[in-house]
Amino acid sequence: MPSKAFLILRSGLKGRVSKDARRRCGSGLPRFLAMVLLIGPVAAFAAEPPPGASSCSGCHAARAAVKTPVPRLEGRPAADIVTAMQQFRTGQRPATVMDRVAKGFTEPETAAIAAWYAGQKE
Amino acid sequence: MRRTTRRAFLKRVALAGAFLPAAPALAQAAPRVVVIGGGFAGASCARALKRFGPGLTVSLVEPNDVFTACPFSNEVIAGLRDLRAQQFNYDAFPRDGIIRARQTALAIDPKARTVSLTGGSRLAYDRLVLAPGVDLRWDALPGYGETAAERMPHAWKAGPQTELLRRQLAAMEDGGLVVIAAPANPYRCPPGPYERASLIAHYLKAAKPRSKVIILDAKDAFSKQKLFQQAWEQLYPGLIEWVPLSSGGKVTAVDPAAMTVTTDFQTYKPAVANIIPPQQAGQIALAAGVADRTGWCPIDPVTFESKLQPNIHVIGDAAIAGAMPKSAFAANAQAKACAAAVAGLIAGLTPAAPKLINTCYSLAAPDYGISVAGVYQPQDGQLVEVPGSGGTSPLDAPPATRAAEAEIADGWFRTITAEAFG
Repeated sequence: MPSKAFLILRSGLKGRVSKDARRRCGSGLPRFLAMVLLIGPVAAFAAEPPPGASSCSGCHAARAAVKTPVPRLEGRPAADIVTAMQQFRTGQRPATVMDRVAKGFTEPETAAIAAWYAGQKE
Repeated sequence: MRRTTRRAFLKRVALAGAFLPAAPALAQAAPRVVVIGGGFAGASCARALKRFGPGLTVSLVEPNDVFTACPFSNEVIAGLRDLRAQQFNYDAFPRDGIIRARQTALAIDPKARTVSLTGGSRLAYDRLVLAPGVDLRWDALPGYGETAAERMPHAWKAGPQTELLRRQLAAMEDGGLVVIAAPANPYRCPPGPYERASLIAHYLKAAKPRSKVIILDAKDAFSKQKLFQQAWEQLYPGLIEWVPLSSGGKVTAVDPAAMTVTTDFQTYKPAVANIIPPQQAGQIALAAGVADRTGWCPIDPVTFESKLQPNIHVIGDAAIAGAMPKSAFAANAQAKACAAAVAGLIAGLTPAAPKLINTCYSLAAPDYGISVAGVYQPQDGQLVEVPGSGGTSPLDAPPATRAAEAEIADGWFRTITAEAFG
């Protein structure tokens, strides 16, 4: 018998946004922000982060005890992360390395990552 | 809906057990994942496996109790940092539910799915993750070998070799010549030799200003080249000379007794010789049959599963990860993506294509940081850089930018070691 945790993992992996949910979100930026809100509660229980999210913790420490000038992402409002990434992409926000990293992610990818981090414990 | 899926899943697990008589431990509930190698890749992967699949039995095979990290070890060589700041242990692993096998993996039987360990014991696995890092190729450079490395250190695996090179530099007289031999691609830490030249120059400029560093290179271009060369002009004018392949930079032989380093054009007689030899995947990868003729391991870019042996995944420096460099950051990122894929595969799911980041900081001086970053995704069976992403720090940036990157580099080291080692 697989353990309970294992089954939770399995259901967590299935926690993706349905086509239906995407349709309901409309289009453009409102759709994309709505997506963030929609994914939020689902992703909060997902054991596996969306593509790209697990790389972030190479620099953004998961634990508050780690001394670094790089801000933590856990528990941060998804909209804040989305806005920051947009501004990094367009060059509106000063950056050292995030301007170069942000350009590697689409808006939906960013939204999923932001929602996942928002759902993590602070 | 959920019930059916769950029932189908349980059936699959039961069937898997029935068809694998060679692995008797499968009668147990928990699927077993064995990770070989406790560096940035292996340690990060073992911990991520436990996070993504708390029901998995995860074992980490690593004979050493202390891991000595390579990133920032060039600061140790330059006398800016104690080697102890580079050292980490595995005390957190049992606490986090990871079984530690303090042995060396000697052989792998991909059919029986077992790992043979020193002492004669065996570990059975459902999936195996190999993170053996690099082995130095002692046969690749005439005159160089393990004994020669005691006279001409490589310092490319942090530890006693790092301190040996440090001691040699400290003992060198002012006016001495330091030669760094840099290998052809691919090798661990592409910008490493040039960061090392920079930090050695930083030390020499203050302590032994009549000395010189010559980099003898087996290639014509290197990582962050323009940034390094600009930093050398600004910080160490005339102190560092780079001899590329096309100017006869490739070292063809060394003689540790005579302390000579020979290229096609010239023989150098340095006071300190740092020979970084060509490398290949760690021995266990070759023994497992997951390395190809290049000495490195071809992998599927989604799951990191070997293209040569099923159920064996390869991550970190040993893997051929397409456009991703052999760095600690890349190893850690691959480890987490691989852990998610392995947990998913065991649960009977099709893993989603990952997206991976690499960020690689180098110090041209303690307060002068430069970086290269990249975002990668699978495409046509390879990991390729996402178009329009990534790149290096800007040229001609003000000192404040360089200082900020040096500070972030410091934070990065604390962050990644905390994630990998707990």
